[in-house]
Amino acid sequence: MYPMPMLQVDHVSRNYNIAGSPEKFCVFENVSLKVDEGEFVTVIGHSGCGKSTLLNIIAGIDKSDTGCVLLRGKAVQGPGIDRMVVFQNFALMPWLTVYQNVRLSVEAAFPDWTEKQLDGHTRRYLEMVSLEGAENKRPAALSGGMRQRCGLARAFAAKPPVMLLDEPFAQIDALTRGVIQDELIRMWNETRVTIFMVTHDVDEAILLSDRIILMSPGPAAAIARTVDIPIERPRSRRSIIEDQRYYALRNDIIRFLENRQEEKTA
Amino acid sequence: MSARARRRFLTPLSAGRPDPPGKGEAMTLKTAFLSLAIGCFLLLCWKGIAANSEIPGPLDVLATAVEFLRDPLYDAGPNDKGIGILTAYSMVRLLSGFTAASVCAIFFGVILGRSAILFNAVNPYIQILRAISPIAWMPLLLYTVKDSGITAFLVVFMASIWPTLANTAFGVANIRKDYLNVADILQMGYWKKLFQVILPAAGPTIVAGLKISMGSAWVSIIPAEAMLGSLGLGYFVWNEWNNLSLTSVIFAIFTIGAVGVVIDAMFTRLSRRLSYTD
Repeated sequence: MYPMPMLQVDHVSRNYNIAGSPEKFCVFENVSLKVDEGEFVTVIGHSGCGKSTLLNIIAGIDKSDTGCVLLRGKAVQGPGIDRMVVFQNFALMPWLTVYQNVRLSVEAAFPDWTEKQLDGHTRRYLEMVSLEGAENKRPAALSGGMRQRCGLARAFAAKPPVMLLDEPFAQIDALTRGVIQDELIRMWNETRVTIFMVTHDVDEAILLSDRIILMSPGPAAAIARTVDIPIERPRSRRSIIEDQRYYALRNDIIRFLENRQEEKTA
Repeated sequence: MSARARRRFLTPLSAGRPDPPGKGEAMTLKTAFLSLAIGCFLLLCWKGIAANSEIPGPLDVLATAVEFLRDPLYDAGPNDKGIGILTAYSMVRLLSGFTAASVCAIFFGVILGRSAILFNAVNPYIQILRAISPIAWMPLLLYTVKDSGITAFLVVFMASIWPTLANTAFGVANIRKDYLNVADILQMGYWKKLFQVILPAAGPTIVAGLKISMGSAWVSIIPAEAMLGSLGLGYFVWNEWNNLSLTSVIFAIFTIGAVGVVIDAMFTRLSRRLSYTD
């Protein structure tokens, strides 16, 4: 008997209603995938292939038309703190300070804790993403990079079994992006939380993932291929580009994405 | 009509926008000077009109004002009280009606804002009700409750419920979906979600509604007091008219304006505290 996967997506499809028409627009069909405990899996695909929709369905903030999502073998019903999300647009509460934003998730995750435990835990995670000194600022006063650090701290601090990252670095400038990616690697190494990420950045996917799932372009997108990333950990942005397998993997994925796009548009 | 203008037309509460943070910062020297010049011009106009009619001029009114303000808290029987006491009467009436109306408005506003169907079903009635001057309700209210004090309270209530109700519903309906998603992911209970996400997120819009409500309540309380004869600034202005003391009437007008400005400034401060930028 195989060990039960941490996260399983089973034959999930999503259709959108087209206004004024009985027909439906199929975003993706029969998507099935498994993520093992401690694994870092990334879905990569063109805009419009529904990868963010898939992530939202796993998070429980969107609904699938068929199929189901299983967490440790149990079907999930709606959103939950066991699947913390890191959003592309950060989704921090703008009326709260950085500290209060992280604290909100700590309080939700550990309702029985004392004030001292809550405070200590919150500060520990703020420190982990180097936000000490900015804890009393509101998100509007921070750069995109700092805001996403807060988003990561909020997600990690809840110690969820699964984390869902929705293009977490897309709105961060290229130089800061690398630094925060390194921070994510470090935090992931410490916690080995199961991560499901969605991105359209190939380099980012290779750097972070154990396995990359390639989706064909929409409409009616589907999983086209899975690529294992055999490069040993710990990885860093510098070490990875010196690895001989890196360019082969990168070219393979990019060629695949481009060919599929041409087939669709042809 | 452009799409934008149409949207604004269809929006039920176009008047209530949150104050942008930083608005109303220190006036520059130029604006201060211009403001002073306009004030002097208006005073001169007044003086000119006063010189050619029975209307008292600025200096007469100033003299009356000094007299009234020398002892604002005197109490010489039921119909002869100081301007401070009269203002306090109006304020208590205002605050009680306004507070009761605001609690109701925010409560029902949240319910309406959470349900698009309910909001659309109720919206036409809100539009009709808020077009009615609260003074128009007065005969009916007086007939029903048969008490001038309660009637004045209800007039203030009617004047201040609609803007806050409409703004709360609008603010709650337009909360960014992300914030509600985060609340759901954190599995917040209903009350926690209400107080930690929904109300703070809609806070600036709600306060903008409260500000309009307060303005409308203050405007309506003066004629209500005048007509009902309830002690207060409205009663004062009408009483001085009956005494044919125009200087006192003009002084009362200025007092009403000054109190209104102070109330508005308080709400501007509150709204600046609750405002946030995304």
